[in-house]
Amino acid sequence: MVCLVLVASLGAQRSVQAGQEHLGQYAQADIQFGLRVYSTTCTTCHGATGDGVPGIDLRVGQFARAPSDQQLSRLIRTGIPGTAMPPGEYSEPELAGLVAYLRTMGTLDLGDVVVGDGERGQAIYNGQGDCARCHRVNGQGSRVAPDLSRVGANRTAGALESSLLDPTGSMFPINRPLRVVTQDGTVYTGRRLNEDTYTVQLMDQNDRLRSLEKSTLREYTLLTTSTMPEYGDILNAQEISDVVAYLLSLRGLED
Amino acid sequence: MIQRIALITLGVLLVVPQLAQAQVTAERLLNAADEPENWLTYSGGYDSQRHTLLDQIDASNVDDLELKFVHQAKSLQAFETSPLVVDGMMFFTEAPNTVVAMDAKLGRVFWTYQYTPVDSRPCCGSVNRGLAILGEHLFMATLDANLIALDMWSGEPVWMTDVADAATGYAMTLAPLVLKDKVVVGVAGGEYGVRGFIAAYEADTGEEAWRFYTIPGPGEPGHETWEGGGDAWEHGGAPVWLTGSYDPELNLTYWGIGNPGPDWNPEQRPGDNLYSDCVVALDADTGELKWYFQFTPNDDYDFDSVQIPVLIDYPAEDGTILKLMLWGNRNGFFYVLDREAGGFVSGTPYVDVNWAESLDDNGRPVETPQPAGSPTYPGIFGGTNWYSPSYSPSTGLFYLSAWESYGAIMEPAEAQYQAGRPFMGGRTRPTGVPGAPRLPGLGRGHVNNWTAEAGSGAVMAIDPRTGEEKWKFEMTDVTTSGILTTASDLLFSGGREGYFHALDATNGELLWKATLGGMIANGPISYAIDGQQYVAVAAGNGLFVFGLRD
Repeated sequence: MVCLVLVASLGAQRSVQAGQEHLGQYAQADIQFGLRVYSTTCTTCHGATGDGVPGIDLRVGQFARAPSDQQLSRLIRTGIPGTAMPPGEYSEPELAGLVAYLRTMGTLDLGDVVVGDGERGQAIYNGQGDCARCHRVNGQGSRVAPDLSRVGANRTAGALESSLLDPTGSMFPINRPLRVVTQDGTVYTGRRLNEDTYTVQLMDQNDRLRSLEKSTLREYTLLTTSTMPEYGDILNAQEISDVVAYLLSLRGLED
Repeated sequence: MIQRIALITLGVLLVVPQLAQAQVTAERLLNAADEPENWLTYSGGYDSQRHTLLDQIDASNVDDLELKFVHQAKSLQAFETSPLVVDGMMFFTEAPNTVVAMDAKLGRVFWTYQYTPVDSRPCCGSVNRGLAILGEHLFMATLDANLIALDMWSGEPVWMTDVADAATGYAMTLAPLVLKDKVVVGVAGGEYGVRGFIAAYEADTGEEAWRFYTIPGPGEPGHETWEGGGDAWEHGGAPVWLTGSYDPELNLTYWGIGNPGPDWNPEQRPGDNLYSDCVVALDADTGELKWYFQFTPNDDYDFDSVQIPVLIDYPAEDGTILKLMLWGNRNGFFYVLDREAGGFVSGTPYVDVNWAESLDDNGRPVETPQPAGSPTYPGIFGGTNWYSPSYSPSTGLFYLSAWESYGAIMEPAEAQYQAGRPFMGGRTRPTGVPGAPRLPGLGRGHVNNWTAEAGSGAVMAIDPRTGEEKWKFEMTDVTTSGILTTASDLLFSGGREGYFHALDATNGELLWKATLGGMIANGPISYAIDGQQYVAVAAGNGLFVFGLRD
């Protein structure tokens, strides 16, 4: 059985940490997503090549007003008072993407950048990826793995890509799957909802809430490996990008 | 001790008819063990063993325990009170400073006294842990650092004394301790840069009788342990927020002292910082310091040493009786001290400890500070904390509520003292430290986020002769519950999960449990009325009282 557990990763933190100076320190997916955001919101003034505003060339990647990535992120959000640079409302993934793209656009071979297609990604999610077997989006799909209806609002592109390629390495503790075996041999796997000294509550593999007394269990294991497949073995780079683009479009009620 | 053993041998359940109400004299407090049907002080007696000689409930019938009544508090704060029971009446506090007098058999209220603290700023919850009684007066220490005496029959205030200035961060959360004709309290405020003290007040007037500052002033012995010549001592904390113990023969009262301030930045207060993280032995009549022992010099970790001093008279192999003190310290070591001379007898880690590799011959820790970004064990809440331990003369074991395998990452920072503002000196969670393990927040959050550093709770039985763990009862969540042991070798405790359970005190086997549905953050007590033994414990916002089925 394929069970996809998509979780956020440390890639999210890596992509926004200060002091990153070289290409490669930013996740490819963040750069891709940043290019997409840049193309729709920044090109009017800055131009596709980053030199649209006289005296400003974004391709240098370093900015006196924003030496660190956090400062750059803040600057994009707040704008620069007294100049034509306006404030803007961006999600954390968008900011992470913009920072990654701005820091790397001068050294980037645009031929390397694979921009995902969300519609294709949705088709892969429901088809080849078989993601709905475990995940849920807007009321459709299983409850066994985390609900992804808002994943695009709180995960960066890099984090989503890492989760697809390395689910176990990217797994947050809160998504550790539980496996229990009762005295009569019944096996339940799923998400641990609560636990105390004497009992455990979980959402089982059939989307049912189970409350079990530990004294009735033969086995109790909190797994450290994700049950989600490593999608690098199943999808090619373009398809991964497409799925990431689809997931980034999931913004819950905002959409 | 001898009297206690005799009572156990007789197996008698002492009963005082409910109507035989009398004043609680100093003599009665001294001989509290003679009337196990009552619970006259915070820990049940001056030796603070939280052990009852009642034995009606035992392993053979504990399954027949049933709920007799519940009292619902009108406060949503943690219910940390330890009730007093006097001749069929129960007196306890609800947070922050409400006193309730109740029929201890039926759970019906006689009167309620409500005091609203003004400008209080407690660090860690607007809580209160209970009352003291002498004569016809009850005594409550308030969150805004007043001491109030109430008439036990009517709840009318008799006198109120201003102990300290709440606006500068002083508070009181402890149950006072009555010694002879005085009421003794200590002040909290270790997170606000107060200068801690213990003070005694005349029980009939509220007039201050003596005061012992837990940080010596200029010219006093120990002041030199606040090195550097600055004013660190003036804001050095060393608060007192749990009730002390008393040895009438030695006329010494013992109190645990809290952390130095700022909590996590020892560089701002070089030196050993006496008497922070100490136990002090004071003359009960004068407050004069007779001896002290420091558990954690120049504390980096907020290892308050306010735990309840448990006094035992222990028969040595040569037949002499050793006057000892048992101490499960927040710093992760279990200590045995000589309570007469104040010497270190032994010390053993009871949980994972990495801030010190050992204790030297004098009990001073050989410290091994951890690199920046690495967890210190035990973490900031310690191996144990303010949860009452117990000692059973029957099993000869010391019991405590422990946080096992629990760590925290310290990040010291310079703190600027401002009166009435938190004075912590850093933080205890990682911010951008590469590779730092994930630690749960103070509220611990969802159970799936509890990684190895989150630790777990346990009731531990320690043999004071060896310091070795005799048995332990493990819990999934950490625990804030105190422990009660009985002459019939039962142990009552609970935890944050809302269970209240009875264990076999000899081996830790689970005998009975009840689901109370709220955190237990107080020590259970036991009492008897009309031939029936009761066990009382607060969980969540309810005070639950159990007894055997009629």
